[in-house]
Amino acid sequence: MSDRRAVGPRGEPRASAWCGPGLGHAFATAGAHVMVCLAVLATTVFAIVHEGAAGPVEVAGATAAATPDPAAAAPPVEGPDDAVPQEAPTPLRPIVVATKPFAESYILGEMFAQLLEARGFSVDRRPGLGATEIAFAALRRGEVDVYPEYTGTGLLAILGEEPPSSGGEAFRRVAAVFSERWGVRWLPPLGFENTYAVTVRPATADSLDLETLSDLAEVAGRLTAGFSPDFIGRADGLEGLRAAYGLDPGSVRPLLQAVKYQALAAGEVDVIDGYATDGQIARYGFRVLLDDRGFFPPYDAAALAGPALVRDLPGAVAALAELSGRLDEGTMRELNRRVEVDAEPVPVVAADALGRLGLTEGAPVGAERVPSAGGASGLVSYLWARRAPTLDQTRRHMLLVGLSLLAGLAVAVPLGLALERVRGAAEGVIRAVGVLQTVPSIALLAFMIPLLGIGVVPAVTALFLYSLFPMLRNTYTGVRDADAAAVSSARALGMNELQLLRYVRLPLAAPVIMAGVRTAAVINVGTATLAAFIGAGGLGDPIVAGLALSDTRMILSGAIPAALLALGVDAGLGTLERAVSPAGLEKPGRAPGVA
Amino acid sequence: MDQTSDRPQLSTVWSDPRFLETDSLTITTDQPADGPALSARRVLKRYGSVLALDEVSLDVDPGSSVALVGESGSGKTTLLRCFNRMVDADEGRVEVGGADVRRADPVDLRRSLGYVQQEGGLLPHWTILRNVALVPWLRGDPAAEEAAREALDLVGLAPARFGGRWPHELSGGQRQRAALARALAGSASVLLLDEPFGALDAITRADVQFTFTALRERLRPTVLLVTHDLREAFRLADRVAVMRTGRIEQVGTPDELRRAPATPWVAELMTKAGVA
Repeated sequence: MSDRRAVGPRGEPRASAWCGPGLGHAFATAGAHVMVCLAVLATTVFAIVHEGAAGPVEVAGATAAATPDPAAAAPPVEGPDDAVPQEAPTPLRPIVVATKPFAESYILGEMFAQLLEARGFSVDRRPGLGATEIAFAALRRGEVDVYPEYTGTGLLAILGEEPPSSGGEAFRRVAAVFSERWGVRWLPPLGFENTYAVTVRPATADSLDLETLSDLAEVAGRLTAGFSPDFIGRADGLEGLRAAYGLDPGSVRPLLQAVKYQALAAGEVDVIDGYATDGQIARYGFRVLLDDRGFFPPYDAAALAGPALVRDLPGAVAALAELSGRLDEGTMRELNRRVEVDAEPVPVVAADALGRLGLTEGAPVGAERVPSAGGASGLVSYLWARRAPTLDQTRRHMLLVGLSLLAGLAVAVPLGLALERVRGAAEGVIRAVGVLQTVPSIALLAFMIPLLGIGVVPAVTALFLYSLFPMLRNTYTGVRDADAAAVSSARALGMNELQLLRYVRLPLAAPVIMAGVRTAAVINVGTATLAAFIGAGGLGDPIVAGLALSDTRMILSGAIPAALLALGVDAGLGTLERAVSPAGLEKPGRAPGVA
Repeated sequence: MDQTSDRPQLSTVWSDPRFLETDSLTITTDQPADGPALSARRVLKRYGSVLALDEVSLDVDPGSSVALVGESGSGKTTLLRCFNRMVDADEGRVEVGGADVRRADPVDLRRSLGYVQQEGGLLPHWTILRNVALVPWLRGDPAAEEAAREALDLVGLAPARFGGRWPHELSGGQRQRAALARALAGSASVLLLDEPFGALDAITRADVQFTFTALRERLRPTVLLVTHDLREAFRLADRVAVMRTGRIEQVGTPDELRRAPATPWVAELMTKAGVA
């Protein structure tokens, strides 16, 4: 995999963003995750207590991106503009529509999905796949049929080529190569481009008389820039800007997508790398500087259709192509603003957009906006309204954790026992397994895709690998360090090795082994939230979607149950740990008297 | 826990009719009457470059008690462990009851030999009764518990009172008594004792030593005792083997050692221990 492929494209949180400093860090480690959520939890409990008799508050249309209102999905009944009679296709399977984890991708994916449903296809939504590598690998493997992609990303991140400056050229290039190499089809572009947009406050632009990047280059030494970590490192990012414009900011601070606009608004930084269609630009009235030398590569958005879809369902491809050329930058920016700034549900915004384009009936009846009541009571009613999907996600989450833990237990305990027999090899093996622990979750998940595709199987496999280390280490040390005098005397009195294991070493090591299981379980509850990136579902779904859509309540609707689950699992396994601790083991404070 | 009340009064133990009448714990003496019960011939054991046993030879007659004394690292524990194959000799021949231990299955061999180590090594998660019943239970003896009760009685621990306790609920001396009972419960004719009283304070130690002496008189087991304490060796053994750097310097009765120490080192050892 080339460097370019590892680079995250367009505005989506990259792998490193999830593991680096800042917001994502809280979700990178289970411990921190739990800590963060505890504070939230206290607030929530407090709020629930005070909510008291108010009872459940129905919130219409408070559906997540993942669970659109069925009404929106219903095919139009005798659509007036249904000039071409649809040959009611009966697809063998639902069409899998995926997105990457940022607002624009969610909106476009939902539009694809609703459009396909309106044309009579059934759709399986897989929103928020973690990165370009994940989404594209899934597409190639036929596990995803279509997702929104950008030509520049296709060239840079997937093909590893230098993009030509002309948008049309870029599209022709990716269309030809993708089709030839993988049978993947780029549908004609949607009509807007979402390239980098170097953005400043209007006051800065006015006082320094900035209109273009060339203008900026002259004064950049006096300014502080806040750039995404990937922009700083990319050839088509800061490095390229230096070469093309001689643009060299006085200081550069790495900032994540989620906080960049706030930082600019607050005056923490003077210039940021935005994206042309960001709703936030409109929200704050920021000024985008003109790329007067045509430095940034073209990033035309288009539907990327997988080989199976192209081969088996030309009708679906044709339906998707109805969107080609229909969305301009202004429209897209407006849709992004409604989702990112106004916190409107993605399905509503998508239905609206399709309706205005005359492609479907439009917004479903009854899908009003979520009342934006602030404070804890608003959060409680939101969580209450979402209780059904939350319960499903919790079940799925427990399934992921439970399966991976059982598999880990089945491998780690026998392996730990075996290593105790060959102690020479033990430290090496355990250290090697420990190295797995240091692989960032998202990277490990991404690594699973080419081998196992997306969904539950790779997620459980990755979680299984994470669970190995604590259980293996504890089994090995627990059995190794089990009361040496007891073990040697039992052996000297004629216990064979199997009896020693069964009657002495395992019972004495049981509490230590259980402590390892407990550690692994809590880590897995936290890490499993990242499984959403590879379409495995669980409580990570609302967290990923909420982060992408800047919707705190949606994040909390996943984070709070995940924190509760971690606490519950920890408490439950703690009880089990005490239960398997053999009677008779000396407890603190019960030391025998000295003769 | 009140130690003074828990420790059985020796006078009551020895006057307990059950102790004197116990006869189910018979000592089996299936080896030829004339041959030694334990025998080591030119046994050599290396740990890497360290010579732990340097062509050591030793005989222990049936029913007699031999003590191995010496400093730490002199090879006494290694020699003891050659007899139950916790250590396998590199060279030489080790016999138990006239049979080469190399031909014996180690697990069967160990079940036939009583063994006590320093700090007892009771299983902390088993009750005292279950601990003591270990060897007969391993052999599949249905009367294992009964044997354990009798053995507990022998060492002065009332089974009804101590049988259900956990090892950590006993004092150090009581634990060593229990460990001794565990070695006896299998009706072994040979007891291998590795510093069995080494970790006890002087008074408790004297108590347990007294119990052991009485047991010897009653049951006449063959005893190989490892100790670093020459006074204990003189008290509990018929013959004493003084070991130094993997060799036996001298073997003899306490009297012989006193009268004619074979080397200046043996003489010095006895002077230091105050048994000369």
